[in-house]
Amino acid sequence: MNRIKTLAGATLATLSLSLAPLAASAADTVKVGIMLPFSGIYAQLGEAGRDGLKLALKQQASNLNGAQIEYIEMDTEAKPARAPELSSAMLSQHQADFVIGPVHSGVAMGMIKVLRGKDTVMIIPNAGAAAATGPLCSPNIFRTSFSSWQPSYPMGQVALDKGYDKVYAISWNYGMGRESLDAFEESFTAGGGEIVKKVLMPFPSTNFQPHISDIAATQPDAVFVFFAGGGAIKFVKDYDAMGLRGKIPLLGSGFLTEGTLEAQGEAAEGVETTLHYAEQLDIPANQSFRAAFNTEYGHYPDIYAVQGYDAGLAIAQTLSQLDGDASDKQALIDTMAQLTIDSPRGEFTFSRAHNPVQDIYLRKVDNGVNVVERVAAAALEDPARGCQL
Amino acid sequence: MSTELFFVQLINGLQYGLLLFLIASGLTLVFGVMGILNLAHGSMYMVGAYLVWYFVTVTGSFSLAALLSAAIALALGILIERVLIQRLYHRNHLDQVLLTIGMIFVFNALQSILWGNDPYGVAVPAALDASIPFTENSSYPVYRIFAAVLCIAIAAALYFMVSRTRLGMLIRAGESNREMVEALGVNIKSLYTIVFAIGVMLAAVSGIIAAPIRSIVPGMGESVLITCFVVVVVGGMGSIRGAFVGALLVGLISTFAAVLMPGLSNMIIYIFMILVLLVKPQGLFSH
Repeated sequence: MNRIKTLAGATLATLSLSLAPLAASAADTVKVGIMLPFSGIYAQLGEAGRDGLKLALKQQASNLNGAQIEYIEMDTEAKPARAPELSSAMLSQHQADFVIGPVHSGVAMGMIKVLRGKDTVMIIPNAGAAAATGPLCSPNIFRTSFSSWQPSYPMGQVALDKGYDKVYAISWNYGMGRESLDAFEESFTAGGGEIVKKVLMPFPSTNFQPHISDIAATQPDAVFVFFAGGGAIKFVKDYDAMGLRGKIPLLGSGFLTEGTLEAQGEAAEGVETTLHYAEQLDIPANQSFRAAFNTEYGHYPDIYAVQGYDAGLAIAQTLSQLDGDASDKQALIDTMAQLTIDSPRGEFTFSRAHNPVQDIYLRKVDNGVNVVERVAAAALEDPARGCQL
Repeated sequence: MSTELFFVQLINGLQYGLLLFLIASGLTLVFGVMGILNLAHGSMYMVGAYLVWYFVTVTGSFSLAALLSAAIALALGILIERVLIQRLYHRNHLDQVLLTIGMIFVFNALQSILWGNDPYGVAVPAALDASIPFTENSSYPVYRIFAAVLCIAIAAALYFMVSRTRLGMLIRAGESNREMVEALGVNIKSLYTIVFAIGVMLAAVSGIIAAPIRSIVPGMGESVLITCFVVVVVGGMGSIRGAFVGALLVGLISTFAAVLMPGLSNMIIYIFMILVLLVKPQGLFSH
């Protein structure tokens, strides 16, 4: 009888031993949903964000208190129409603890519609739409990138400091374009500057030639633009080809020269922009991040990778403080809101609307590189107009 | 608008229109002669731009890269016609549309696999990298003038080929009565292959010429295709002369609209197309 008891006890003990890790891992698996574009025109941006995110969580694996990360990847294709459906699947089917996405502001609106006020924490690693951390702000929605207001607002003061009183402003007539021009105008006119002409072109037209001829005829002190991607390349090249480079200074939100410098070539020399990051930013966090990213993926990271990386850091630091337990959603949100992220762009915290409070740098293109001239605005907080938090 | 600015915008509009003509000419040629609606025409434009970028980075010479790219485009045109298009001559337009839309997806996927999704730029060839002082404050790039002249030259060559050569005579004859031309002992199959390949090459050459003044990005083919359709519809489907006039009108209208009413500038060419179709439902130069 005794022997049987011992045997039974031993069996149970072994059983419980072998089951223990299973039970523990089931409880400590943290589901991270990735909703980024992996096809279409924003594919490059989506891949960079995902790579950054995974790098951060890999580096921080030992600090997660045993929590295992399970990734669920969905391709948003940068199509706003499919965003609600994909978000619902993340929520009910996969029961993701965190959803990281998207790149495109239109997709962000579709995701917010579904995820707003839910238990799942949404971290936006790019989309700058003011509404996300403005009227539609929510306790469970965080952003590790920027609001479209942030990179453009400081440029108004920069222009005034340089003695430019009359500025010609041009962009595309869509959310990011309008919000960027408005943010510039806000600080520029408040300081006494005058917008001589404000042009909002249809998106995504790149027929810039007539407008550049018009700029040459108007003769402003400087030009402020928001363009990105292929449009940014073409605008800067056309501006140079029409002989305006060096005559009328070209200012912009940093996306004008972000990821586009190589294609712009010499035409971009001297262009000045404001942004929350610069590739050669001389701080230890940036240097170690760039080296680690290059080791992992064989190429150097861009701003989109930084923003994804910071989303990863936010998750890792939150889990680390909560002993790897992601089950108490309120604790998750409260912890994340108090974080200071040691980002490659410099330390940042979250505002009450959960948008980064961060330094904005003034950069100038010199020999094909965005060289940091100075901090244009320190710890700049988005006004979060309309946010009820 | 000052006279000076008006003149500059006129040049801008003409230069844009000439490039549009070059892109649209291949589309209208292939439709006019063969009755094939090639929705993948914009993809050929993209292929031309990517090829020339790729060969410039490999060889360092723009002219060499341009020749290589044009030759590859011609070969690609022959291959596509022989393998795919040939099966569709006796089918309806819906089948052609399905096939050529499928080709758009295939070309976009190949572009993404071969060259990635980064945007690229091609430097203006050194010999043409200069500007002519235009007004007091601005100058006009030599390359844009060169591109416009090249477009005129290609338009003239195309006109000469269609109206004055034996090949052109056969093309025109095949357009009116395919069976009769065949009965007279002409190999209509090879004739069609040649026409299709020329169409593909015209699209690719436009992409090559445009590469130094445009950005090379995924999806660049689709946006140009839509403008091309406006040009072809305004000019009359199948008419080279119509495409020429249509392209210049669209180029001028969108240029002046951009300055005078920027908010409407994208829509204005569609409004123009509607107005033309109300007056001449077949387009300006249909036969």
